Amino acid sequence: MTPRLALCDITKRYASTLANDSVSLAVMPGEILALLGENGAGKSTLMTVVFGITRPDSGTIAVDGVTVDIDSPRRARSLGIAMVFQQFALFDSLSVLQNIALGLPAAPLAAIESRVLELAARYGLEIVPQRRVHDLSIGERQRIEVLRALMSSPRVLILDEPTSVLTPQATERLFETLRELSADGVSVIFISHKLHEVRRLATRCVVMRAGKVVGEVDPRSESDASLARMMLGAEPLPIAAHESPAGGVALAVDGLSFVGSDQWNLDRVSFEVRAGEIVGIAGISGNGQQALMAALAGELLVEADAVRLFGQAVGRLNTAQRRALGLRYVPEQRLGHAVVAGMTLSDNALLTDLSLQSSHVLNVDKASERAAQIVQRFGVRAATSAKIETLSGGNLQKFIAGREMLAVPRVLLLDQPTWGVDAGSTSAIRNELIALRAAGCAIVVVSEELDELYQLADRVVVMAGGRLSPSRAPQQIDTAELGRWMAGFWPADDPRRASAEHAA
Amino acid sequence: MTSWHLAPRASPSRAWIWLSPVTALVLTLIAGAILFSVMGTSPLQGLSVFIVAPLTSFRGWSELALKATPLILCGVGLAVCFRANVWNIGAEGQLIAGAIVGGGIALSADADSPRAWFVWVLLASMAGGALWASITAWLRDRFNANEILVSLMLVYVAQQLISWVVQGPWRDPNGYGFPQSELFVAAARVPVIVDGLRLNAGSIVALLAAVTVWWMLARTVIGFQLKVVGLAPMAARYAGFSSRRSLWIALLVSGGLAGLAGGLEVAGPIGQLTSTVSPGYGFAAIIVAFVGRLHPVGVVLASLVMALFYIGGELAQSRLGLPSALTGVYQGLLLFFLLACDTFVRYRVQFHQAATV
Repeated sequence: MTPRLALCDITKRYASTLANDSVSLAVMPGEILALLGENGAGKSTLMTVVFGITRPDSGTIAVDGVTVDIDSPRRARSLGIAMVFQQFALFDSLSVLQNIALGLPAAPLAAIESRVLELAARYGLEIVPQRRVHDLSIGERQRIEVLRALMSSPRVLILDEPTSVLTPQATERLFETLRELSADGVSVIFISHKLHEVRRLATRCVVMRAGKVVGEVDPRSESDASLARMMLGAEPLPIAAHESPAGGVALAVDGLSFVGSDQWNLDRVSFEVRAGEIVGIAGISGNGQQALMAALAGELLVEADAVRLFGQAVGRLNTAQRRALGLRYVPEQRLGHAVVAGMTLSDNALLTDLSLQSSHVLNVDKASERAAQIVQRFGVRAATSAKIETLSGGNLQKFIAGREMLAVPRVLLLDQPTWGVDAGSTSAIRNELIALRAAGCAIVVVSEELDELYQLADRVVVMAGGRLSPSRAPQQIDTAELGRWMAGFWPADDPRRASAEHAA
Repeated sequence: MTSWHLAPRASPSRAWIWLSPVTALVLTLIAGAILFSVMGTSPLQGLSVFIVAPLTSFRGWSELALKATPLILCGVGLAVCFRANVWNIGAEGQLIAGAIVGGGIALSADADSPRAWFVWVLLASMAGGALWASITAWLRDRFNANEILVSLMLVYVAQQLISWVVQGPWRDPNGYGFPQSELFVAAARVPVIVDGLRLNAGSIVALLAAVTVWWMLARTVIGFQLKVVGLAPMAARYAGFSSRRSLWIALLVSGGLAGLAGGLEVAGPIGQLTSTVSPGYGFAAIIVAFVGRLHPVGVVLASLVMALFYIGGELAQSRLGLPSALTGVYQGLLLFFLLACDTFVRYRVQFHQAATV
């Protein structure tokens, strides 16, 4: 049988990295193929090549056995290839139907609507065409994107990390739809780095690492561990076990509210973190985590007593003042937030140095000494005189986390500490966190990776819509329950109870 | 078929950061030669008058240093601003404000004033320039007004102000109605270094200023903070650096230095207040700052090149009968080529065979 889509020796080089290194793969009609790999393994690049967004340096693409030159998304669509991106491209103020019609050749809206409803019914993609997009949840928005892709009756449907923004329940519904598409003969390529999802959905799995295909397996006959080994190229270091009683309250947040833009709302957030404890904050990105971290770190000033460090009201203190009290922060965005691109490792080692508060002349020797310490202690592979932006993702995060950890924090905040970081660096960072906890540091970890939170946290809380759930020990809550909480439904959600609490 | 395109470099080329201004200068001279031939002058003769003649005598070099002085002072000040992401386009206005305030102090001197009176003149001119820049800083800080527009428009206000001053209250009563003040007394004038030349102590002051600014940017906490605020505002907030503080420091430093340049001009080669104290030094300094890569040493070198254009323009006018507007054309060409060459800092040319599919 001729493959629906066959890639042969696709190579794509970006300035310093080989994103795809003679990658070949094929997908059969009606097959669900998972493309598994870590962040940065080259999965997305490969798919943008197929969709005509990126031009490969070499290699060929064949559709139904015919070699084609895909030079634009328009050409890809005409060949029956459709793609659903990680980032949605929807107009908030338009209706669902208008958003779908925008990408299509001009046609009467009524005709489009009947086709949309027909597709929606067939694949279980419940939508209301007249609703405005800004009222919809993330899962509903993704359904629009999927429907939009299906309008052109594709024969190949590519989905780039479709579940990264979904709750477990919404993920399950998406999988149902994909299975029905597959039954109708549509080839589905599903990009993911989540092992259990790949094992549940796909019949064949191509594993990529560092731009190359490193294996092709039937995921149903593999274990999470064997897939992880293939994906990471090495067994992740085991995480040290922990048994340490929590101490006194280090960080206390009480009734913290903030009204910003959509993703910057905080609604009466209260919680405590004790010395020697790791609190994990789960949740889908964009539910207030950024605002919370900014308010805790001092980048966003709030009411003085909404945030307390060791009993002291610090809501009005800036980052440097809170740092002097022992609070350290590893932000989500690395270049441009945690470090300054264009400066060397030495300069960046100084960025959060307390000596900047007290002296007027830079101690250049001390800066390079400090940078050398970080590099050595945390195994950063770079010279201290190198520009910081030349570091790879893993090395960069080791440098940043190392800089803050070496300062012996009493409270440490981390936002997505291992996102896009290779497996070795990830376990190194996690083990350092555990050592810090044993030394009595209070730690807050915001993460979208539930595995990470289950592995590290003593208590887990969930953020949704700017509110914070009650906390649970990870053993007391399974992923399904956590998923419901991530959608905003947790036990204390009963409005009468909530308002009674508020009144009290 | 071979074609080419620009491919981004993995990291900015360090070589091209400095090769770019040199290449731009070479291209400027080539374009300048073409310009000469279009105007009916032999390119060789034109270039020799424009850029060689000024350098053939000791006097020529001293004039070069004299013209470079205000450019260095304005240029290093602007380098501080631009590094801190503060787009001060109004060094010209700050220079004029410095000239007015310094000139006022100079005019208040009399025959009995001590020889060191000129020091007060220079300090006052710094204060004047800083004061003028602080209007921009305050409007930006308080109302978030765009500093590019505010500083630029304040140039025209300063020009009107000096024009009023020399036609009104401070006009020389014995000056036959010319828009200029009395000549300053000797005590209010900056001492010359070599008798018979116009070169004065101001050039040394300018070099000291360049060294001080270099030290500030490279070795002080304030300089570090300015650079971080300029390169990555989010990282600056993360570190706890105040962007307001950066704004004020950058504008006060550059305003003060531009004001000093104005004071040195009126208390130096000009010797009185006139309605035209600057042939656009403050604007030329913007080009100087970028050609000098926002680095004080580079600014000194670029100032010498720009000063050469000023002198060359004057010589081309007197010896070849060409318009002195050539100076402006050369300045513009240099900036134009610099911006073009800077592309190669981040990109390289990649040749490839067109794919045959």
